[in-house]
Amino acid sequence: MKFSDFVKKDAIRANLQSTTKEAVIDELVQSLLDAGEIAADQRDDIIAAIMKREELGSTGIGRGVAVPHTKHPSVPELVGTVGVSEVGVDFDSLDGERVQLFFLLISPPERPGDHLRALENISRQLRDESFCRFLKQSKTADDIQQLLQEADDNQFAAG
Amino acid sequence: MNQNPQDNSTQLQKTVVIINPQGLHARPADLLVRCADGFDSTIMIQKGSEQVDCRSILSLLTLGATEGTELILTAQGHDAEAAITAISELFELGFHELGQPSQ
Repeated sequence: MKFSDFVKKDAIRANLQSTTKEAVIDELVQSLLDAGEIAADQRDDIIAAIMKREELGSTGIGRGVAVPHTKHPSVPELVGTVGVSEVGVDFDSLDGERVQLFFLLISPPERPGDHLRALENISRQLRDESFCRFLKQSKTADDIQQLLQEADDNQFAAG
Repeated sequence: MNQNPQDNSTQLQKTVVIINPQGLHARPADLLVRCADGFDSTIMIQKGSEQVDCRSILSLLTLGATEGTELILTAQGHDAEAAITAISELFELGFHELGQPSQ
C-alpha cells in the first residue's frame, strides 16, 4: 500500500498549532472533515474513539512519530492524513519524545488488513532517516505531499 | 553489540502464528516490545525472508503480519528460554484481544 492510497491530499497539514494530544487529534480529524472525507455529524464520535484508543496505550511509536487511529463505521474505506508539528506535541510516546509527525488513520471495521498495510507502509518509510528528517522540516502541505509522493516512488531507501 | 560466536549462550527458535483477527498492529507490537525489554536475550522475529528486532515497534510494524501469518521467533542469550516462552505466550493468547469487541 502506498501513501497515496490512504492519505487524503487536501487534509495534509503542515504547521500544526496544537500542543496537547486531544487538541492535535481534534485538529487532524477536523482536517479530514474540511477535506470532505468524513461526515460532520461523525466528527465528535471519531475524536472520542481515537482518544479511547490512546487510553489503551499511546500510539506515539517513537522517533517523534505517532499513528493515532480508530475503526469507524462511517467511513467506507481507509482514510488518513498527515500532520507536522514544528515544536512537537507531548503525546505520552513510548520513548518519551515529543511527537512531530502524525499519521492519523480511520478505517472501516472488518478491514484490519488495510489498516495493517497502512501501518506497514508508514513504518517502512519512516525507518529511512532522511525521509523522517525532511518530513519534520516541511513548511507547507505541498512539501509534505511531495515527500510522500517521492516515498511512493521509492526514492527513499525503504528497507 | 556483536555477539561473540564463541560464546555458548543458548539460541532457541520457535514458530508462532498470529491468531487475533486484527493482526500485529500497534498495540500488540507495543506489548511485544515491553515483553522483550524484560529479557537480556537478543530476540528477533522473522516473516519470510525478513527478520526484525523484537525491541523495535517500528520494525515490528513493517512486517504487516495479518491473522494466520506464521513467524519465526529466535532468542539468543542466557535467558533465551524464558524469553521465548513469554513472547510466544503473547501470540498464543492473541495479544489478549480474543473475544473482545475490536477497537
